[in-house]
Amino acid sequence: MTVENAQPAGAQSSWAIEEELLAFFGPDALTFQVTRTAMPVVWVARERLEEVMQFLKGVRQPYVMLYDLHGVDERLRTHRDGLPDADFTVFYQLMSLERNSDIMVKVALSERDLVIPSIVRHYPNANWYEREVFDMFGIDFSGHPHMTRILMPSTWNGHPLRKDYPARATEFDPYSMTMEGQDQAQEALKFDPEAWGMKRRTDDADFMFLNLGPNHPSAHGAFRIVLQLDGEEILDCVPDIGYHHRGAEKMAERQSWHSFIPYTDRIDYTGGVMNNLPYVLAVEKLAGITVTPRAEFIRVMMAEMFRINSHLLFLGTFLQDLGAMSPVFYAFTDRQKAYEVIEAITGFRMHPAWYRIGGVAHDLPNGWDRLIRGFIDWMPARLDEYERAMMDNAIVRERTRDVAAYTSREAFEWGVTGPNLRATGVDFDLRKKRPYSGYEKFDFDVPLASNGDVFDRGMLRIEEMRQSLRIIRQCMEHMPAGAYKADHPLTTPPPREKMLQHIETLITHFLQVSWGPVLKPNESMQMIEATKGINSYYLTSDGSTMSYRTRIRTPSYPHLQQIPAVMRGGFVPDLIAHLGSIDFVMADVDR
Amino acid sequence: MSWLTPTVIDTVIAVVQAIVILLAAVVSGALLSFVERRLLGWWQDRYGPNRVGPFGSLQLAADMLKMFFKEDWIPVFADRKIFTLAPVIAMASLLLSFMIIPITPGWGVADLNVGLLFFFAMAGVNVYAVLFAGYASANKYALLGALRASAQTLSYEVFMGLSLMGVVAMAGTFNMRDIVTAQADMWNIIPQFFGFCTFLIAGVAVTHRSPFDQPEAEQELSDGYHIEYSGMKWGMFFVGEYIGVVLISALIATLFFGGWTGPWLPPIVWFLLKTGFFIMLFVLFRAALPRPRYDRVMSFGWKFCLPLTLINLLVTGAVILLNAPATS
Repeated sequence: MTVENAQPAGAQSSWAIEEELLAFFGPDALTFQVTRTAMPVVWVARERLEEVMQFLKGVRQPYVMLYDLHGVDERLRTHRDGLPDADFTVFYQLMSLERNSDIMVKVALSERDLVIPSIVRHYPNANWYEREVFDMFGIDFSGHPHMTRILMPSTWNGHPLRKDYPARATEFDPYSMTMEGQDQAQEALKFDPEAWGMKRRTDDADFMFLNLGPNHPSAHGAFRIVLQLDGEEILDCVPDIGYHHRGAEKMAERQSWHSFIPYTDRIDYTGGVMNNLPYVLAVEKLAGITVTPRAEFIRVMMAEMFRINSHLLFLGTFLQDLGAMSPVFYAFTDRQKAYEVIEAITGFRMHPAWYRIGGVAHDLPNGWDRLIRGFIDWMPARLDEYERAMMDNAIVRERTRDVAAYTSREAFEWGVTGPNLRATGVDFDLRKKRPYSGYEKFDFDVPLASNGDVFDRGMLRIEEMRQSLRIIRQCMEHMPAGAYKADHPLTTPPPREKMLQHIETLITHFLQVSWGPVLKPNESMQMIEATKGINSYYLTSDGSTMSYRTRIRTPSYPHLQQIPAVMRGGFVPDLIAHLGSIDFVMADVDR
Repeated sequence: MSWLTPTVIDTVIAVVQAIVILLAAVVSGALLSFVERRLLGWWQDRYGPNRVGPFGSLQLAADMLKMFFKEDWIPVFADRKIFTLAPVIAMASLLLSFMIIPITPGWGVADLNVGLLFFFAMAGVNVYAVLFAGYASANKYALLGALRASAQTLSYEVFMGLSLMGVVAMAGTFNMRDIVTAQADMWNIIPQFFGFCTFLIAGVAVTHRSPFDQPEAEQELSDGYHIEYSGMKWGMFFVGEYIGVVLISALIATLFFGGWTGPWLPPIVWFLLKTGFFIMLFVLFRAALPRPRYDRVMSFGWKFCLPLTLINLLVTGAVILLNAPATS
């Protein structure tokens, strides 16, 4: 595959790890693929996968975290020049903090033999990802401890992300539900302790299996977790997800590059335009668009507004989970103030879908700086009050100190990112380490904590809001003049002024609006420091008006997977405190 | 009209008084749901119920109507008899305790010489309501709630009794009227400050009010022991809790703040003011405090409150003995 446009700024063309891999495995075992993902992409044979994983985990400056793992149905992909033959691909993205770079390992699979060794032994958080790949593509992972569906109900037929699985409701027979079908579905939801290797009783105790959710006041959405209890002590637990699954990745394959933007808003529904950012940045990398400084500043400003908004929701509900009734109302007062600003600038509240390929939807309205100033002058005193009234409260401290604590090492093992990782003392904030959208121009600190307990995760987010206010203030004071959208033929929607010149411009405009931009075949990827951790979009274009494969990696998914490792031996109230402190929304988990 | 002897008249007056106090207790308990919501709204930068009637004052009527028309559903897996009995006990035991409270010199249902002991007995019976509800619901959340409730109530009742023994020792009686008159020189709040503190804590715990609402713990057990109740049965738990709040507030006013006594204003006003103040305090607790963990609540009770009440009782006894005139 050839790259026609120049690599975007900051992209690297060679990495030390490529040499190290070649030295160890030899050139025959590896195929390197050139992409715009800003990381080395290497294909290895299925038989050598485990060796490669072991090597990467043990190499100098090791790849400590399995950041993402998913699959691609390659059967309909037309532009695969120079790549190994594959019907299906499984890709593994590993992250090294010491190198501050990633590597993507891909394995080609044939349709007739969809089996691949599980890497749970090397990276424990591969567990859920491998189950999801099985669920979505029907690829079996040999040696996996519990190979079942995870997002779809266990009674489901077919594997939704396969290209031969229909994407539209009209392609199915009309839906009907019989009594029998309902009973079967109900029966399938029953929890079977033996299937998870749990005992129902020991010689001197019978255990209670408590079904917490999917409807429970503190489950933060349709999330179910089954607890094995001895009294109120949690011996073990099994999180069950998928109740909020909408198939966003499948939808991306049927939407134009432009019309998928509103769907991204709904991934982490507390993040608003923050969700648009990784998607449009990844599309811009594919299209080779450089956005204007003004557009970058506007994007950063609005994304940070939503970070504050999301953290306020976190704070209110987190304290409510600890039994404090009032803070959530104060937090919602503040959120209303944030929404007034957001609404005036974007025209919407929760789901503005406001970023565009190449910039934002429209320029800032008159008087926007007055609104922003009003908000950033209001917030600091409120944050101090939250800290004084709640985080200094003896009961809050007693409920949260040393509760559900984990170390940096455990955080890496489980793929924990964002504030939950920084609460263990790891200084890793993408805005600093891998600046995107102009974050390198801003002066702000990355708050850190050291204990990695519930208290630290709460405190850290209050401090993050203060830092976000600093960034917003800098945006306000130094907002560059100029266009709010790049001057590039692939931006959406195309500028109207250029339409009515002559018939050619009219036709171009018509095509750009109706089926949208056509992007050259390539792969790109953008990670951002979203409200809850690292969120990324890994896009594969096959030279069409739509994405061939859109992988949405969300932070909440691995955070939920980690719960049993943290909660064993805790009490039910500790679990509730931990659930509050993770800061997840189920839309972000299930997509 | 020969049957209208003074005894009969006294009896009739007593019965009327009793009925008035009973109704007042029930109505104030029910009305408290409205008062609490308005107060919470006020403290939380919002309005609270303000749509039905002037300032929302008829909210209670609307709530009652709704509750009466709700389906009074008993789960098929529940133990019907015990399930029905539980809310009755919850409401009745606390209502009966109002009997011993002297409201003014002339008002009060019964002037028992075992006054306080009767309250302790009723508080003890009240545990059964939660226990029965949790057991009969055949629901895991209800069971956990009932477990918490019975453990908590039992351990807090131990020192609730002891916390009042100082008051009893100083007055030399269990009779509530005599305790009030014994406070003529000085309210018990001053010599019995630690008794007051521990009784307040125990009172909050026994009525399962926040921050000791472990048995209900919405965020953890999603309402705990009464999770399966609906309609009027649930309403009785609900009103029962508020009656508990009124009762404990009235007891605090009577035992530590001189009951109806006070200058200038009539006794009934003083009694209502003092009681109302402590009711507000209960609501403020709920607005201000998070919920401690259940096992910490227990250890706080056993390891801190219980020793404190014992020391308080010892010191009170020593002081009384020192001040007592020599008998020999």
